[in-house]
Amino acid sequence: MADFDIYVEHILDHYKNPRNRGTLENPDLTARDGNPLCGDEIRMDFKVKDGRIVDVKFSGHGCTISQASASILTEMIKGKPLDYVKQLKKDDLLEALGIPIGPTRLKCALLSLKVAKAAVYGLDKVRDEDLE
Amino acid sequence: MGCTRLAQEVRQDFPVLQRKVNNHPLVYFDNAATTQKPRQVIEALRHYYETYNANVHRGVHTLAAQATEAYEEAHKAVARFVNAPSWREIVFTRNATESLNLVAYAWGLRRLRPGDRVLTTLMEHHSNLVPWQQITRRVGAHLDFADITEDGRLDLDDLFGKLTEQTRVVTLTLASNVLGTVNPVKEIARKAHEVGAIVVVDAAQAAPHMPIDVQDLGVDFLAVSGHKMMGPTGIGFLWGREELLEDMDPFLYGGEMIHEVWPDRATWNELPWKFEAGTPNIAGGIGLQAAVAYLDRIGMDRVEACERELTAYALEKLLAFPGLTLYGPKDTRDRLGVLSFTLEGIHPHDIASILDLHGVAVRSGSHCAQPLMRRLGIEGTARISLYLYNTPEEVDRAVEALQKVREIFR
Repeated sequence: MADFDIYVEHILDHYKNPRNRGTLENPDLTARDGNPLCGDEIRMDFKVKDGRIVDVKFSGHGCTISQASASILTEMIKGKPLDYVKQLKKDDLLEALGIPIGPTRLKCALLSLKVAKAAVYGLDKVRDEDLE
Repeated sequence: MGCTRLAQEVRQDFPVLQRKVNNHPLVYFDNAATTQKPRQVIEALRHYYETYNANVHRGVHTLAAQATEAYEEAHKAVARFVNAPSWREIVFTRNATESLNLVAYAWGLRRLRPGDRVLTTLMEHHSNLVPWQQITRRVGAHLDFADITEDGRLDLDDLFGKLTEQTRVVTLTLASNVLGTVNPVKEIARKAHEVGAIVVVDAAQAAPHMPIDVQDLGVDFLAVSGHKMMGPTGIGFLWGREELLEDMDPFLYGGEMIHEVWPDRATWNELPWKFEAGTPNIAGGIGLQAAVAYLDRIGMDRVEACERELTAYALEKLLAFPGLTLYGPKDTRDRLGVLSFTLEGIHPHDIASILDLHGVAVRSGSHCAQPLMRRLGIEGTARISLYLYNTPEEVDRAVEALQKVREIFR
C-alpha cells in the first residue's frame, strides 16, 4: 500500500474499536450535525463539572475518517476544560489523526470537531471557517 | 469490430486515459458524473478560440459571421442527434439542470394553477425534483411521486394510479443516475397525454448512452447535459415542441433574446434565441457539436450495444462479489451501465477512497438523489458508471481493488 494511505492501523483501530462511543443520559451539553451529501452523522454528549469535561460520548455513523476522528477527538478532550475545546483548531485535530487528509475528505475529518464546538458554544451549527 | 477492440481504439482519442493515478493506470468509472473528452472536442474548442472567436448574431465582420454560422450549425447537429423536427426547437443552456428550470419557470410557473398536480418519480436527480418542489409550492399545486419496485424499476401501477385529470405535468428521468434503470417513457407519455398533461424528460443520463428520438418518444420537453456525453462543461440543451416554446414567455431577459426594445416594453426574438439571453457559450456549443459528431461517427446503436455487453460483464462480476448489494436491475434489460452498490459494513466513501488508491475512479454518496436514498433505506452507495472507452480488463481491475477494500476492513 502506498505511503499516502489513510487506512493505517491506528485509524482502522479507532474505527473498529471506537473509544467513548455511546450516549449519555441527561447530558449537560449535546449537539449533532451531519454531512447530508455523504450521510455522515455525529452526535456528541458531554457531562461537565466546574467547567471541565468529566465525560464525553459520541454516536452516529459514517465513513472511517469521520468515525475515527470522533473517537480520537473524545480522547483528546475528556478531562479537559471547556476552553480547551473552544481553542482547538482544525490543524490540531488533523495532526492528532496523523494521516494526510486531502480536500475530498476534510469534511469527514472535521465533522466531530464542529459538533464538539457546537455543543460547547451552545450553537446549532458551527461553520467550517470557525475551525480555522 | 468487436466491442473490446472498439473500446481500445476509442481510448486512443482520450488523452486523460493515458495518465496514472496513485501510480496505477487510471480506470475512469465515474462517467455518470461527467465523461472524459476526446481530442476532437478539445481541438474544436481550440480551433474556435484560435481562429474565429467572435460574438454571435451581432457583428458584420468575417469572424462574427463564421462564429454565428458555427454556433447555428451546432444547434442543427444537436437537433439531428435527437431527431427534432426543427433545429429551432433546440435551446442551448448551461446543462440539464438549467433546461429543467427553464421548463419549470417559463412553463410551470405561468401555467400551473392552485390544485393542479405535477407527477414525478422517487428516482429523480435533485435537478428534476427541486425546481418542481419550488414551483408547485409557489402556485399552490401538488407534487406526486411514483414509487419504485423492489428490483429498482419504476412502479408503473403506482405511476398510472397517480395520473389524474388534475395532472398537468409528468416529469421524469429517462434513465436513473443511481439505478441505471431506463424508464418506458414512450408508454408513459401516451397515457399522460390522454389526461392532457405535458411530459418533461430528464435525459441527462440517457442521451450519452442510447439513441434518442424525441418524435418517437412522443414527449414535450427533453433536457440534456453536454459534459456527460463527451462535450465541454457549461453547455447543455433543452428540446421542446415548437408550439409550446412559441407559446411560452422567456426564462431570462436581456440581450440576444429580444427583437425590439422601447423604454417601457420589448418583443422577443425568434426561436431558439428567445431562450438564450446574453452572450451564449459559443465555444461550448461548438464543442458539443464535436462531441455529437464523435458519437454519430460510431453510431448510438453501437454505443448502446457495446455498453450493454460491458454492463453484462460488470453485473456478473459484481453480483458474484461477497457481501455486495447491488441497487437497480440485476440484468441488462432496459438498463444502462450505472452500477450502484454497497459493501456490507463499509461506508461508500471508504470504498471510493481505497479504489482511488488503486487508480480506480468511482463516485460515492447520495448522487444528488437523496429521496431515492431514503426510499432505499441507505445513506449512500458507491457507483461504477461505464462508457464506451471502458474495457472488461478495467472491470477486473475494479473488482481486484474491491477485494483490497474487503481485506482492509476484515
